[in-house]
Amino acid sequence: MTDLATYNFAYLDEQTKRMIRRAILKAIAIPGYQVPFASREMPMPYGWGTGGVQVTAAVLGPDDTLKVIDQGADDTTNAVSIRAFFQKVANVRVTTKTSEATIIQTRHRIPEMQLQAGQTLVYQVPIPEPLRFLEPRETETRKMHALEEYGLMHVKLYEDIARHGHIATTYAYPVKVEGRYVMDPSPTPKFDNPKMHMSPALQLFGAGREKRIYAIPPYTEVVSLDFEDHPFEIQTFSQPCALCGAKGSYLDEVILDDKGGSMFVCSDTDFCEDRQAKGHRGALAPEAGTAEAAE
Amino acid sequence: MRVETQVFEGGFSDSVLNAQNVFRALMDAMANPGRIVDVSDLTTPPAPLTPLAASIAATLFDHDATVWCDRAISGSAAAVGWLKFHTGLELTGDTAEADFALISDVNAMPSLESFCRGTAEYPDRSTTLILQIDSFDGADVLTLEGPGIKETQSFSPSHLPRMFRDQWAANRAAFPRGVDLVFAAKGALAALPRTTRITKTEA
Ligand SMILES: [Zn+2]
Repeated sequence: MTDLATYNFAYLDEQTKRMIRRAILKAIAIPGYQVPFASREMPMPYGWGTGGVQVTAAVLGPDDTLKVIDQGADDTTNAVSIRAFFQKVANVRVTTKTSEATIIQTRHRIPEMQLQAGQTLVYQVPIPEPLRFLEPRETETRKMHALEEYGLMHVKLYEDIARHGHIATTYAYPVKVEGRYVMDPSPTPKFDNPKMHMSPALQLFGAGREKRIYAIPPYTEVVSLDFEDHPFEIQTFSQPCALCGAKGSYLDEVILDDKGGSMFVCSDTDFCEDRQAKGHRGALAPEAGTAEAAE
Repeated sequence: MRVETQVFEGGFSDSVLNAQNVFRALMDAMANPGRIVDVSDLTTPPAPLTPLAASIAATLFDHDATVWCDRAISGSAAAVGWLKFHTGLELTGDTAEADFALISDVNAMPSLESFCRGTAEYPDRSTTLILQIDSFDGADVLTLEGPGIKETQSFSPSHLPRMFRDQWAANRAAFPRGVDLVFAAKGALAALPRTTRITKTEA
């Protein structure tokens, strides 16, 4: 990281904050539309969520409580670094508890717990343009959005079905916002797509390298693209979480030993720990003797 | 008071935290159309600017923002001087090229369609109108629906542009192009983004 000795509150200078704030207000007014902004260099490399960091920096105030997750976990290097950055430059309260946070910056997951009105979820986005892999030219994708020309996107998904028998896209699964803009939800698993629909929380998306900000206001319709004969479906897991016994949460495979042993546990660490604290136990939970508390 | 004193005084006491505070009120209002968000007086601008409209200006305007002011504001050397000194804004006389419009006399304002609605490719290149009003206790009660509103939201600003329901329906029909409105009353603001539908009006 570069020298942070002389920085403004939340690192960004006021002119940059104003520019980002203007973009955020426009993004909220046009749900799912990508607002261009003049992304600034941040004291961390692209790929570390510089777009999300800039959005959080422009929004954050002394009354906020910040949570940062990466793949659902609060304790990964990326999440820890970003949390420490905001503690240092904004002296802000931080938490790992979803329920206590006013702002949650995330990479690759939406918390399992339903977000509340008044909370803001800030996504780190690598590639904001859902049509980019179909059309590399920005002038053309702008035109496609302007004309609601989303046929190619459906063709791509249908090719999946022809080849695999189902839609193979499992991450960054495209959605349509309020019946108008097709939007990239960032590389979250499609498992999380239904959580975006009619969420009481405000959702903001920041792409640093690609210089785009977009948003979904609370209580906004977010529909995953699909076909009548192949309706959208989320991933399901054949077993509950090995630690907390949760069914219906998104699980990650954790390797236990070098003999190929593994277990499946919640990717949302706060959700899993909270359940364990309430007495829920999975098959491989460390403490024994509380099996009666399991579901 | 001498004009020079009025121009140089009355800005944010803490430019960083006051701006953050006002922005969050604006973000909250834009994300929840028709919701009344309290904001304490953080500026003391010369008339006809109100403290809240001036706070919004100080939060959002700078040399990258082109602003159209109505006659009552642009006719006041003190008000224009205050805005220039505290924000560095670019003034324009052309409603169609304004990023923002600052309006003190809502009854006499130009039609919404005379402002910039953005283009089909860049609907964000549009005007955000800031309307100075007295209160949110107006006689007419609008019922609002749309993104940001769980079911319905009632909204009764003390002042509305003439023929507002027709003007707003036309603005809504141009979506994703369109203008967005911020209402600045005494100590509280509310917003109507272009997505909001007015489903009922009661007097
Ligand atoms: Zn678990």
